[in-house]
Amino acid sequence: MTTRLATAFAKPHPALVCFVTAGDPEPHHTPAILDALVAGGADVIELGMPFTDPMADGPAIQAANLRALGAGTRTGDVFRIAAGFRARHPEVPLVLMGYANPMTTRGPEWFAAECHAAGVDGVICVDLPPEEDDALGPALRDKDIAPIRLATPTTDAARLPAVLEGSAGFLYYVSVAGITGKQQAQLGSIEDAVGRLKAATDLPVAVGFGVRTPEQAAAIARVADGVVVGSALVELVGEHGADAAGPVRALTAALAQAVHSARTVAA
Amino acid sequence: MASEALANSFRTQPDERGHFGAFGGRYVAETLMPLILELEHHYRAAKADPAFTAEFEDLLEHYVGRPSPLYFAPRLTEELGGAQVWFKRDELNHTGAHKINNCIGQILLAMRMGKTRIIAETGAGQHGVATATVCARFGLPCVIYMGSKDVERQQPNVFRMRLLGAEVIPVHSGAHTLKDAMNEALRDWVANVHDTFYIIGTAAGPHPYPELVRDFQSVIGKEARAQMLARTGRLPDLLVAAIGGGSNAIGLFHPFLDDASVRMLGVEAAGHGLDKEHAASLAGGRPGILHGNKTYLLQDADGQITEAHSISAGLDYPGIGPEHSWLKEIGRVDYTSVTDTEALEAFQLLCRTEGIIPALEPSHAIAAVAKVAPTMAKDQVILANLCGRGDKDIFTVAEHLGVVL
Ligand SMILES: Cc1ncc(COP(=O)(O)O)c(C=O)c1O
Repeated sequence: MTTRLATAFAKPHPALVCFVTAGDPEPHHTPAILDALVAGGADVIELGMPFTDPMADGPAIQAANLRALGAGTRTGDVFRIAAGFRARHPEVPLVLMGYANPMTTRGPEWFAAECHAAGVDGVICVDLPPEEDDALGPALRDKDIAPIRLATPTTDAARLPAVLEGSAGFLYYVSVAGITGKQQAQLGSIEDAVGRLKAATDLPVAVGFGVRTPEQAAAIARVADGVVVGSALVELVGEHGADAAGPVRALTAALAQAVHSARTVAA
Repeated sequence: MASEALANSFRTQPDERGHFGAFGGRYVAETLMPLILELEHHYRAAKADPAFTAEFEDLLEHYVGRPSPLYFAPRLTEELGGAQVWFKRDELNHTGAHKINNCIGQILLAMRMGKTRIIAETGAGQHGVATATVCARFGLPCVIYMGSKDVERQQPNVFRMRLLGAEVIPVHSGAHTLKDAMNEALRDWVANVHDTFYIIGTAAGPHPYPELVRDFQSVIGKEARAQMLARTGRLPDLLVAAIGGGSNAIGLFHPFLDDASVRMLGVEAAGHGLDKEHAASLAGGRPGILHGNKTYLLQDADGQITEAHSISAGLDYPGIGPEHSWLKEIGRVDYTSVTDTEALEAFQLLCRTEGIIPALEPSHAIAAVAKVAPTMAKDQVILANLCGRGDKDIFTVAEHLGVVL
């Protein structure tokens, strides 16, 4: 199933990766929001699994987590949303992103089997570094689901091989040392970092954290294989609630236009 | 005997990956991984450096006021009518609790690493006050994260921290208590890794924190063991300590772990009762991953963390240090729990019988002592950790007793 990810990153243009939180504002709203992402031109969907303690997230995604949990979103709803998405969009890669406790609480094998059944292509577990990944990673790979790892500005050359070992799908470069939704890193430092990462791996490199506007997304798309946008979309869901699909689609379309044409349009 | 103890020692955890059996570890975002590896490296070097130990011990003696006394409580013993009750008087430390022992150790480590800014989380405010204190002492800027609910119920400590020059930031996310303060401190740390040292206040968090906090707090048990031997020529039969994250308890227990004759009892907060809202992660939780370590947590079937409740802000945490999870599973330490009401009664009992106003945290330990002492023989010895004084709690206690101050 990781082939859907490979296909998305093999397109003739950089990939737009879009993040929203499952169950935000309520579980039954998420399908329309995901459809809006696809209609707007997203190449990869990241679906956040809500957690009570999202310690790597800034205020926007924290609030989304609380809205989703407040609306009664359970892990079962997340998988139902994923399975519904897979049925409607057989070709669009879907990645679950979240925290270790909800992912491992019924056992890594259980989680991997649910992901498999729901047609999930990859999993990003924020607080599971390679040093602790002796159970979830193998369980996912066993089901042909990509464990997607994060590299950060603090990941030095000595650690990078450990991060890459066993990772699949794509490499997620967290461009700022910090939480989601905050300021963007200098473009020069992103370009250097992506160059270093690409010298060390054949995996596509997607860059995220702090990317909000089509202009920022285009600038990153010139140097990376993919651009991840999360907080800006999640803020629209926060603002528009049940009516978020329209505004989400509009922002996604603007981002997709910018990212997809980044290398053909002069800067 | 000595060689047998070594072969089967309970004092050699964690392993090189920071695991206490199945617990502990380093469950942090990649941004923090290089930093905690660096912290571990510096901690190993500091531990092996006699100059570091000498400075730590000098500050404990002349700034904190150690060793703290070991005190036999005659009237409490008589009232309970069973085993002799002794207290390790860590409430007499500078700043009024055991928390300062750990803060001295960590700030020395921070300076050794060249860090210039200190952050911490706090629940009751005792760790916040202790951190603000050592920051003032060493002239480092200090930011304390505190749940907005705790800011409200621990006003005197908020004022103390501000007097000491700390910036206190109320945390409005989640349940507005200790776990949310810890989330916010982790968010600050991840964004400021280059210059910031995070002084964690209990024996939890990612490796090497549970180990280093335990080592710094072990001064409690080392002193108590030597004092007890000097005063009575024997070891205690039972150690008792309250558990929030477990730092005062592991500090008392650890030096005794290989003394087979010494039983140990950790006391969690049962809040309104174990069938209602409480903070007893061992009694009412199951293993999971939060705040950088695998340990017993209060959580639902999906692994969502549930709110803890205790009358004591310092015990109001849905997790527990990983070494306690391990000690529970291997059966070396027993764990029990005490309700808000029982703790309040024990608080008053100690005031009345010994002229000591305890904090609400050790009041939980005292309540457990009050239950077990009468079941033990008069020649047996209980040693409980009096890890904090109650000045900070008089408003909470007054409210519960229906007194308007
Ligand atoms: C006096 C006192 N005792 C105990 C605790 C609980 O922490 P620990 O279990 O780490 O000792 C606190 C925490 O604030 C405290 O202030």
